[in-house]
Amino acid sequence: MIVSVASGKGGTGKTTVATNLALSIGKAQLIDCDVEEPNANVFLKAKLDEKEDVAVDIPEIDEEKCDYCGKCAEFCRYNALAVLPSKVLVFPELCHSCGGCKLVCPRDAISWSKESIGKIEHGRVGEMDFYHGLLNVGEMKTISLLKALKKKVDNSMNVILDAPPGTSCPAIETVSGSDYCILVTEPTPFGLHDLKLAVDVIKTMGIPFGVIINRDGVGDENVERYCRENGIDVIMKIPHSREIAYLYSKGIPFTDEMPEWREKFRILFHQIKEKVGK
Amino acid sequence: MKQLTVISGKGGTGKTSITAAFAALADAVLADCDVDASDLHLILKPDIKKTEEFHGMEIASIDKEKCIDCKECHNSCRFDAIDEDINLIKERCEGCGVCEYVCPVNAISMVERDSGFSYISETRFGPMSHARLLTAEEASGKLVTMVRENAKKLAAEGGRDMIIIDGPPGTGCPVISSITGVDLVLIVTEPTLSAIHDLRRILDVAEHFNVPAAVCINKYDINAENTDMIEKYCRDNDIRIVGKIPYDTVFTEAMIHEKSVVEYSDSMPSRVIKRMWENIRGMLYNE
Repeated sequence: MIVSVASGKGGTGKTTVATNLALSIGKAQLIDCDVEEPNANVFLKAKLDEKEDVAVDIPEIDEEKCDYCGKCAEFCRYNALAVLPSKVLVFPELCHSCGGCKLVCPRDAISWSKESIGKIEHGRVGEMDFYHGLLNVGEMKTISLLKALKKKVDNSMNVILDAPPGTSCPAIETVSGSDYCILVTEPTPFGLHDLKLAVDVIKTMGIPFGVIINRDGVGDENVERYCRENGIDVIMKIPHSREIAYLYSKGIPFTDEMPEWREKFRILFHQIKEKVGK
Repeated sequence: MKQLTVISGKGGTGKTSITAAFAALADAVLADCDVDASDLHLILKPDIKKTEEFHGMEIASIDKEKCIDCKECHNSCRFDAIDEDINLIKERCEGCGVCEYVCPVNAISMVERDSGFSYISETRFGPMSHARLLTAEEASGKLVTMVRENAKKLAAEGGRDMIIIDGPPGTGCPVISSITGVDLVLIVTEPTLSAIHDLRRILDVAEHFNVPAAVCINKYDINAENTDMIEKYCRDNDIRIVGKIPYDTVFTEAMIHEKSVVEYSDSMPSRVIKRMWENIRGMLYNE
């Protein structure tokens, strides 16, 4: 079963939920899909043993064959190629690796070269298999790295995916294919506003979901009211507590120090399993 | 004209609350570049004067009547956006046009895609440029650029000398679009190991694009040891800390009352933010 942990707003507690849940359910796979700012390993402290470079295809022009007809640049919708009278310029940062330039080239002058966009790292914590991706600084190809990372999903296991914030491509790419999605929010106007956006997306995708309210008690009642009025399950509330915040600041999963919460997460996971029938 | 972008790497450190407070203190044009999950409007309550449609990359449209099920498009699409039954998976399509090119019976055409809206508004603190990316859309970098262009026009029209930009979380495309060419980025962090990890990465991104950076430590008193660590890191890397804000529920209270924290109360955080704003002005105008 694949459970993704997402939220519209950043900083609501996705990683807190994903790591503590994964630590509570025995043998599992945890994949931190926030490749721009991965934080799960701040808490897990897994020794990262395997590293794998992720590269994308970028066109390379054979200047011997090229007659500067300009068809490649004309086709490219990302302006990643510019054809001058006796030179072709390639802008790798704009290239989406769609393959169009190579298809349209009448002289077969285009081949692929690899450009690194980031890496995937793996480690183990007890029974847990952990992966995260790390996008290179200044790199924009978040989705390409994320797709490579998601190939690590082992469907025969219990898989927890920690999603990036937002409701655009990287969050969607993470959540797609999940059996269940946990939306983490906080009971504030910003939390509610972004939760509504996230609910819209998850509903459109047809993925069963429930809401965890983190820092419960810090704001107002409107998140709960919204969930109640819209028939959305609030599957857990994590209280606004100085102790939990302090453990978080030190990079300690709060269930390490508050073992009664391990049991709560374990029960929650089984309830989710029953709900999705896996 | 001076441009300041407020970013954080990690989400939820207080970017938008601090941007809203700056809006109240400055005579500036405001730009919300967190087009994916924007929240600044919840405090600034913009009165929308002009709405414009935003179209990202085009999208494939498949005419099933003409389709002969040869699967060329499915096999050629590098984004896995066309499934085996030749249905388009909309959120995966990056608009490259390869499917249209390979289709032997012209069953595919590239059409305009509705990706969102950009808005020009008036707020109680001045003009605001903002946008809404429709959910599951990409090309947010392009929309960020549009928001920034609109903000520049508003500044020129209104004779304002400053643009304050609320940036998105992360380090990817929309963040890069929000910080390139600005005069200063303010990075809002907090003394948690996660935020410190993200602070280092976002500082590298700012350096990579040659944008000067300053740091604000929000909730600095929740972990003294980590605050020391941030201060040391900034000192070693020659980055100025322009403000240290204590933890206070007044931020949430102000948010619930749809006010910026400096309007809502004259508490300690408000006083720190006012001093911080003077520091930032000083950096921007070399005072």
